[in-house]
Amino acid sequence: MKIGQTAEISWLADHKAITKRLLDLGFEPGTRVGCVLTRRGGGISAYWVKGAVIALRREDAELILVNEEGCKKEENGQ
Amino acid sequence: MKQTTPFTIALAGNPNVGKSTIFNALTNMHQKTGNWAGKTVACASGRFCYRGISCLTVDLPGTYSLDPHSQEEAIARDYIASGQADLLLVVCDATCPERGLRLLKQIRDISGGRPQPVILCVNLCDEAQKKGIEVNFAMLSERLGIPVIPCTARSRFGLTRLKEKIYEICLSYESECDIPPAKCSECLLCCPQASACTLCPSCGRIPDFNPADLAKSAVRFHNPDFFKKQEQIDRIVTGPFTGGAVMLALLMGVFWLTITGANYPSSLLWDCLFSLEGRIADALLALGAAGWLVQALVFGVYRVVAWIVSVMLPPMAIFFPLFTLLEDLGYLPRAAFNMDCAFKKCCACGKQCLTMAMGFGCNAAGVVGCRIIDSPRERLIAILTNSLVPCNGRFPTLILLITLFFMGFGAEGGGLAASLATAGILTALILLGVAATLGASRLLSKTVLKGVPSSFTLELPPYRRPQFGKVLVRSVFDRTLFVLLRAVAVAAPAGLLIWILGNCCVGGQSMLLWLSSFLDPIGRLLGMDGMILVGFILGFPANEIVVPIILMGYLQTGVLVEMADPSALMEIFAAHGWTVRTAVCMAVFCLFHWPCSTTCLTIRKETGSWRWTLAAVLLPTLLGGILCFLIQVVF
Repeated sequence: MKIGQTAEISWLADHKAITKRLLDLGFEPGTRVGCVLTRRGGGISAYWVKGAVIALRREDAELILVNEEGCKKEENGQ
Repeated sequence: MKQTTPFTIALAGNPNVGKSTIFNALTNMHQKTGNWAGKTVACASGRFCYRGISCLTVDLPGTYSLDPHSQEEAIARDYIASGQADLLLVVCDATCPERGLRLLKQIRDISGGRPQPVILCVNLCDEAQKKGIEVNFAMLSERLGIPVIPCTARSRFGLTRLKEKIYEICLSYESECDIPPAKCSECLLCCPQASACTLCPSCGRIPDFNPADLAKSAVRFHNPDFFKKQEQIDRIVTGPFTGGAVMLALLMGVFWLTITGANYPSSLLWDCLFSLEGRIADALLALGAAGWLVQALVFGVYRVVAWIVSVMLPPMAIFFPLFTLLEDLGYLPRAAFNMDCAFKKCCACGKQCLTMAMGFGCNAAGVVGCRIIDSPRERLIAILTNSLVPCNGRFPTLILLITLFFMGFGAEGGGLAASLATAGILTALILLGVAATLGASRLLSKTVLKGVPSSFTLELPPYRRPQFGKVLVRSVFDRTLFVLLRAVAVAAPAGLLIWILGNCCVGGQSMLLWLSSFLDPIGRLLGMDGMILVGFILGFPANEIVVPIILMGYLQTGVLVEMADPSALMEIFAAHGWTVRTAVCMAVFCLFHWPCSTTCLTIRKETGSWRWTLAAVLLPTLLGGILCFLIQVVF
């Protein structure tokens, strides 16, 4: 996702213990998230979710699949 | 009504929702608060009395869920699950109540719908109001079946209602339950997960609920654009070029203010304390004290203490509040966000930046703060490298060296340019420390502590206007005076020791001289001399006393010299063969040497092993040794 884009979370890859943590933070399927900040090089990005800003590293953000204009893309995939 | 044990209230909730602020407001204590997730890493407890009921309040570290990731979250989970609390005060953020509800649901689930009485406290209502978020408290309360109290702990709004509610619950608890909490421990034995209250059916059950739906129905957003302003600031603060520039500018600004601001009060304090010295000596002599005792007490203990007070107090009194302001503003997580890229390359956790920043205040505090890092491997790295950033005790030494040797040999009051240059050099030294932290982290993660970087989440809290007056008062009284008292407590016996070493003669030479000549070859190898090494070694209990020890050793008078003016100091140093190289080596060694005794003990406690403590001592020492040796060889 690029800065300013918003999307709806469609699915969370059940990968590591982090998935549970992401759920606790509000990254649930059906939630709208927005990308707020990206660091040059794309190492870390901050997302707006449920009224809070959470920064995630790319590896972790890739676990979240978002639905954007009807097609599935990985959050940092582009 | 008789009350044998105090009514125990535990404050639980997400990180950075203001639990500590509520705690402080309830108990009138002064727990450290700040605008970032993870500043409370241990339980704190305090008492307050309301209408004759004494309450014990426990401030738990913040946690996103009861499924703990890091150590401080495990502390919170264990406390909640143990049922020690008679009442749980779940605090949630009015700007994102859903996360708080999620935690509440988990708390409900672990105790099978029959937890201790719970009060939901919705904090930060003022902020929510500003952002156009409206929470329907009546509806929340009805759906959850528990009291819901809106409050703004900062301005103490809603606290009386909260206390009133606590009082009510406490009364009903005692009358309905009829079982004092102590007796409930029987059921704890058979089922440690159950809460202490399973014996009494009258305590309220929380009905099952879906946090997302409930939040959706109870919360109204009036102003969807509230977020824009913060986003714009964030763009600048974390931008590709501006981010680094802002970070550097802030660092330099803080140092510049510290150095320029501390100059004048420092010399004033010095004059005051030393004009007292002679009088104290006279007074003691008049009281009939023995000459040697007066010598030891006044010229040994008093002078070291006076030196530390006058050299340390002003910079600390300026540095701590400035740093706390940045913390309250919410800048630290942004800095961590900026630095994450570098830490990731070193296979370390981005949160290490936060613990590093705490190390500026005190390395021991930084080491304890490492609990916020989830993975044990990364936590160990953060602990081992924490002492590579200079703590407050080392700043005065560094500032002194810089002003004496790099700013035109102690030119008095060199104006704006000179003070800016001093701040610049200090910033460069700090950056060297940060670079060393990164390098050491990388080295560690490639050798002893192999592993891939683990996942972590970092919350960027909204910017909050710091409470200037409160910050000023609290950081001076709590942090500055605390650190200062500790330093003085260490310095007083150290001053005595130095006096004894300097005045007891073995074979015609003072013991201090013996020691220094013994260490001289090593010192020379590192571009310094034996006396400087003696200073560092004797400074192990507190890094602040290094320079006074060195001065005392040089003067051979057996007593600490007076720092009348910088040029006199400079003469002493120059007379003992100090060059710019010596100063550079000493600054580097000051930056990288063994952590102070308090930090060592804290590391032992946090890692649970003497081996890692030894590693934490050896790592910076070796680094400093090698760097100094290189400087000495090259120049």
